[in-house]
Amino acid sequence: MERRTIFAGWKLPLLLVAPQLVLTIVFFYWPALVGGWESLTRTDAFGVHVLFVGLANFHDLFADPRYRAAILRTVEFCAAVTALSLGLGLILAVAADRELRGRDLYRVLMIWPYAVAPAVSAVLWILLLNPQIGFIGRFLASHGVNWDYALNGNQAMLMVILASAWKQVSYNFIFVLAGLQSIPKAVIEAARMDGARGWYRFRTVVLPLLSPTLFFLIIVDLVYAAFDTFGTIWAMTQGGPAMATETLVVKVYNDGVVNLDLGSSSAQSVVLMVGVVALTALQFRFIGRRSGT
Amino acid sequence: MRRSQNWLAHTVLILGALLFALPIWLAFCAATLDPAAIDRGELSLIPRLDHLGSFWDVLVHGGPGVPPVWRMLLVSFGMALAIAVGKIAISLLSAFAVVFFRFPLRRTAFWTIFVTLMLPVEVRIIPTYAVMGDLHMIDTFPGLAVPLIASATATLLFRQTFAAIPDELVEAARMDGAGPLRFLKDILIPVSAANLAALFVILFVYGWNQYLWPLVVATSPSLDTIVIGIVKMIGIDTSTEWNKVMATAVIALIPPVVVVLSMQRWFVRGLTEGEK
Amino acid sequence: MKRRTLLAGAAAAPVVAAPVVKVLAAEPVHITWWHSMSGALGDQVNRITKQFNAAHKDIVLTSVFKGSYPDTLNASIAAWRAGKAPNVAQVFDVGTGTMLAAGPAVKQIWELAKETGADIKPATYIPAVRGYYSLPDGRLASMPFNSSTAVMWYNKDAFKMAGLDAEKPPQTWPEVVAAAKVLKAKWADPMNAKGGPTRYALTTSWLTWIQFEEFSAIHNIPFASEDDGFNGLGAVLQCNSPAHVAQLQRFMDMEKEGTFKYGGRDSAPDPMFYSGVAAIGFGSSAGRGDIVRNAKFAFAEALMPWDPAVSKTPHNTFIGGASLWAMTAPHRTEAEYKAVAAFFQFLALPEQDAMWAQNSGYVPVTFAGDELSKKQGYYEKNPGTDVPIQSLLRSPVTPYTRGMRLGRLPEIRNILYGECEEAFAGKKTAKQALDDTVSRGNAVLRAFQKSVSG
Repeated sequence: MERRTIFAGWKLPLLLVAPQLVLTIVFFYWPALVGGWESLTRTDAFGVHVLFVGLANFHDLFADPRYRAAILRTVEFCAAVTALSLGLGLILAVAADRELRGRDLYRVLMIWPYAVAPAVSAVLWILLLNPQIGFIGRFLASHGVNWDYALNGNQAMLMVILASAWKQVSYNFIFVLAGLQSIPKAVIEAARMDGARGWYRFRTVVLPLLSPTLFFLIIVDLVYAAFDTFGTIWAMTQGGPAMATETLVVKVYNDGVVNLDLGSSSAQSVVLMVGVVALTALQFRFIGRRSGT
Repeated sequence: MRRSQNWLAHTVLILGALLFALPIWLAFCAATLDPAAIDRGELSLIPRLDHLGSFWDVLVHGGPGVPPVWRMLLVSFGMALAIAVGKIAISLLSAFAVVFFRFPLRRTAFWTIFVTLMLPVEVRIIPTYAVMGDLHMIDTFPGLAVPLIASATATLLFRQTFAAIPDELVEAARMDGAGPLRFLKDILIPVSAANLAALFVILFVYGWNQYLWPLVVATSPSLDTIVIGIVKMIGIDTSTEWNKVMATAVIALIPPVVVVLSMQRWFVRGLTEGEK
Repeated sequence: MKRRTLLAGAAAAPVVAAPVVKVLAAEPVHITWWHSMSGALGDQVNRITKQFNAAHKDIVLTSVFKGSYPDTLNASIAAWRAGKAPNVAQVFDVGTGTMLAAGPAVKQIWELAKETGADIKPATYIPAVRGYYSLPDGRLASMPFNSSTAVMWYNKDAFKMAGLDAEKPPQTWPEVVAAAKVLKAKWADPMNAKGGPTRYALTTSWLTWIQFEEFSAIHNIPFASEDDGFNGLGAVLQCNSPAHVAQLQRFMDMEKEGTFKYGGRDSAPDPMFYSGVAAIGFGSSAGRGDIVRNAKFAFAEALMPWDPAVSKTPHNTFIGGASLWAMTAPHRTEAEYKAVAAFFQFLALPEQDAMWAQNSGYVPVTFAGDELSKKQGYYEKNPGTDVPIQSLLRSPVTPYTRGMRLGRLPEIRNILYGECEEAFAGKKTAKQALDDTVSRGNAVLRAFQKSVSG
């Protein structure tokens, strides 16, 4: 975050951050404050009866073993989706970064999944994996695999991980590729002349230069896995069977939008916010120290 | 050695392309089937080329309960463009300020913005709607786009990119007598061109695929986006004309792909190289 | 030429009377209706809107699709909180408890009728329909609209192949279990040996609604105390009675012997029936359109089976679907409420009700609409379409056959789904699963009770 060379003055920078600050305060903090207040109340959906209950919602939340199980489940889910999508994105981007014939075409082909609307992508995955009507699902079922994600929690989890990661690989691909592009050719050439080859060169030269991008992507992927996968999970399993695919954000939606339990739902979003802010701050520290900036 | 590596790269990319294309191809095939074939599980990987009429049909006439697709494409395009351009503009400026200046409350400002990275729209939809009501922005085009412009992802990316720019470059610019804004325009933006292009693509698609917010904030059918149209066509308690849904879904892919293609040139190495 | 002058004359007439007319017909009243009817049903809603506007020159009704049922409910709540609620909101059956507790946000039908002087009589509506949306004393709270009920669909071709009488579907649960065994041995197993998708004798959509809530009504036993919640917010679940445990055990046994296949929640298993994978499919009567379009075999619908060990005779089923609620907003005028009342009266017209039912696959909600369909010969031309109505009229409505009046019912359903899924996966016994449903569900009911009583 700290650099040696900076420009002087404070009026211009304030002017520059002002638009985003204003939008952020109006569209995030204001609603978030409302949500924060709601987390301290017990209220009906319409807000007709509002009762201040202090931290009771939070207390109930952490006393519930199902909530603790959901935290653990979400961590596993996020880790799997991030690892899978970032790993695949990295491999594909490194391959597409080479001077290949048909490179432009490859790049277009890599972005398709990202452009598919979540509602449609869930339908497509059901068409692929449903044990009765799905393309792959039927194949599995007729080859002795007991494929049934409506009852088997592990299979359901596997399916939502695959579908969620599939949609995010493109994102990783695009940014890793952009990151690779912005590494000056001269640096790579210099390393080559020093005799660094293949994997070694990649690990010692390319990866460190790519680390700001990768760091950005890890955060974005985690946030994606934690929040934006909601539509996919909801359309495929609605959090079931039992609660096998109920991640925290599915639970927030379930409790807030389906069950209309606004107090608990708000408390859950407050917990989510605090948790992820703490996590990111920690990561910032960690990365900041390692890369010595 | 290089040659064999190229083959490896081709193999990896082809496998990846297949993995990505399979579901899309499936959607394309489904668009050419009987309306009910999908519900019967009779999906095949061979499209019926004599049934391509469903594409033209939805484009001009729309589907059950939705306006013609070309209309919804326009709304989606406007919204996606507004979100992408708006987000890039405000994030570029704020990241520039945070990285290259020292000013009072700089850290506070950065964290104020950054913290919002984690606040998904699903959980704040009711309060946000209330705020929009107070601002008289419900059921307006700005109402569709503006709340989605405020987000921290782009700021974080620019901050990461800018932080990696060597001090020497800034020093050199200053020696040349370049002011901050000229530095931004002549050096910073060209240097981050690849990221800028990547971000534009991503944000355009992000805006393109919004569902929950447009659904809640817009009521008049003239503000229907293509994604809303697709969901409207998927039936509740009634059979769905899957061929029309899938045709619309495939058409909805075209604008993002065009955006990728037109951004392609910024992805190619060498363009920014000469200026470095 | 002549016609032209005639038209000119007609156009000129109001001009003369303009000063008087202006006061009366000033601005037309604008009202909005938020709904969840997508696809072909959305087209029907648009037709209704057009016809209503044509019949009422002084009112402009706009209908707007707001997504799934939960989406529409949420949009309506958000809008009410921002002072911009639609005049009419379509709310699904399980949201009724929430809407009844909404106090000033809604104007219940009896209130609306009293204030506007509109003549809306509950007796117009079929008891098993209106019961769901009425207060315990019979006053109507919301306007019945799209209503369906639980039926048993069966594949006649499969029945024939298995040597069962395709015209006489099983009537009781023991008969269903026995038929399922025959279907497995003589239809599913031989078919599976030939390849293709795995066939099953039986599946069910809406496991919680059909096999537990409707099951309770059919046997005239409570699903929850306080007459299924109609008499007060203090209701507790009673769906762990021996009859309910036996019902879950029945499905677990059938699953174990390979006659029953669990296909997921809500309507997700629907395709299993119409794609020919399951020979018997319990589902909503509203699924008819899908089945007609997709099934490549002869099929029929039958009344829900009952368990003679629990009740000697079967009782009526109640409805699922959604109703229309009149919502309030600041500065909403009396003219708007009058327009809403006029719209509700329009929907109850026999020809409107019959047309809606025939085009949508839902049941008619009024006696007159049902009669009209009968007179038009619709049921004769479409055999089986009167089964849902028969099911609703199978017996006089009792306190246990009106429907469910429980807060946060969607959540309770999800709890029941989850517990049943664990039972099917062999992780819990039937008794355990239902006991856990009751204790978890009661916690939800208490939380709801607290939240609406301030």
